[in-house]
Amino acid sequence: MKLYDLAHSRAGDKGNISTLSLIPYDENDYEKLCLEVTVDKVKTHLKDIVSGEIVRYEMPNIASLLFVCQNALMSGVTTSLAVDTHGKALSYALLEMEL
Amino acid sequence: MKQKIRIGCGAGFSGDRIEPAMILAEKGNIDYLVLECLAERTIALAQKRKMQDPNKGYDPLLEKRMSKLLPLLVKNNIRLITNMGAANPIAGAKKVLEISQKLGLKVKIAAITGDDLSDELRHSNHSYKILENEKFLSDYEVLSANAYIGVDGILEALQSEAQIIITGRVADPSLFLAPMIHEFAWKSNDLLGKGTVIGHLLECAGQITGGYFADPIKKPVPDLAHLGHPFADVFSDGTAIISKVDGTGGQVNLATVKEQLLYEVINPNEYFTPDVIADFTTVYLKDLGNNQVQIFGGTGKEKPTTYKVSVGYKAFYLGEGEISYAGQNAVERAKLAGEIIEERLKNVVNEIKIDYVGLQSVHRTNFENQSVPYEIRLRVAAKTDSAEVAAIVGEEVEALYTNGPAGGGGVRKYVNEVIGIVSVLVDRQNVSPEITFFES
Repeated sequence: MKLYDLAHSRAGDKGNISTLSLIPYDENDYEKLCLEVTVDKVKTHLKDIVSGEIVRYEMPNIASLLFVCQNALMSGVTTSLAVDTHGKALSYALLEMEL
Repeated sequence: MKQKIRIGCGAGFSGDRIEPAMILAEKGNIDYLVLECLAERTIALAQKRKMQDPNKGYDPLLEKRMSKLLPLLVKNNIRLITNMGAANPIAGAKKVLEISQKLGLKVKIAAITGDDLSDELRHSNHSYKILENEKFLSDYEVLSANAYIGVDGILEALQSEAQIIITGRVADPSLFLAPMIHEFAWKSNDLLGKGTVIGHLLECAGQITGGYFADPIKKPVPDLAHLGHPFADVFSDGTAIISKVDGTGGQVNLATVKEQLLYEVINPNEYFTPDVIADFTTVYLKDLGNNQVQIFGGTGKEKPTTYKVSVGYKAFYLGEGEISYAGQNAVERAKLAGEIIEERLKNVVNEIKIDYVGLQSVHRTNFENQSVPYEIRLRVAAKTDSAEVAAIVGEEVEALYTNGPAGGGGVRKYVNEVIGIVSVLVDRQNVSPEITFFES
């Protein structure tokens, strides 16, 4: 099973930081995501993309997680040589993770 | 004092569609319309246009948007707040004045300035530290500097009865928070935090009504071709109901609101704006059905003592070239082309990136051992010091027609000057909003 089957995500950018939300379709899956989608697992999964620290914020108020990834955008939206300079498509990179 | 106001958001970026704002103004029963049209790089580009022509530097779509909206705003007595002034709010306001005179409409327009610190920072002896790295401002060739100012100037304009308020760089949520403070006389940080949450939810327009959300398999959204933009009924206690005009495309539900609440948030405990530091971890949502989601909770604490300033600087010239291969051995032929280009450019450009579009270009990696793609596009991008050298990138890709692998087609080449953005912090006392009125 992939994260895609359980949850949706939107990527945002601030400088060289990518923010990736992780929102379960069913709020009952929030605890499962908290247990299984750890910072270490996300770091390993995104190793080719994110070279900095990753912080995970738990938001039980809306049953969602937020991953804030440093050094994730090849220097940032304005100066990156990447096709997707904002990293807008990285939400679907996170959702590729196997559970 | 009112107990409730309705604020619509009719644009979430500079290039946004125009008709959703017209629908909000025509059928939305809104009191205020906000158009958020300014990104970090947009304002640096606007500064460049202003340097070339002192009458320009406002949003390139201002004339088009205002020509269509102004009659509706006047007819339905809606007040407009927009950052379409970009690098030149005064020139933007004068353009709106000209449009109103042409249309025979009577309006009072306010231009908010004071965010532009370009001259101050370009000639400053102070060693401003760059927030994103270990460098100092003096390491950069500064083109522009704009502080993210808050509600102050807009509030003064609202008290003056101006109907059209044109700003430059204002923090996005502040565009929405200002009318809430004006109508409800909010003082406490708690209420400012709540209002900031609502502003943050609205600021990307269609991104909360199902835009940038749809996935036909897991998250289908109806009628994106006619996506409605959002409005919020904001109550004096800081709660709100987000919705959209009946009959428009899209949807508002818990999932769309959650995606937008977390969008571009780097710390949900402390969301910094010039007006307040908001806490998103105490926000609660309730789906009321029929495309209505209620927002409650959210708190705030005292605003920061500094303004964040976006600095645009001359970064480099970007040269790009693309060519496609299809059919048998497409990947191998594209990779051969990539090797040739790398060899040809390695001593010419400062930094090069070679992507295989169809294999690993968008995520910069690939999570699947997928089958071989039928077609593939080679994309080359490089940083250079001049437009002339940047042009060589595309020329080398084009030369693959007669010098490279078989069957390459569809070459495109581009040269662009790149303006980079970094940020510094400036003490609040160095920035003071100013207001200029125009009346037709």
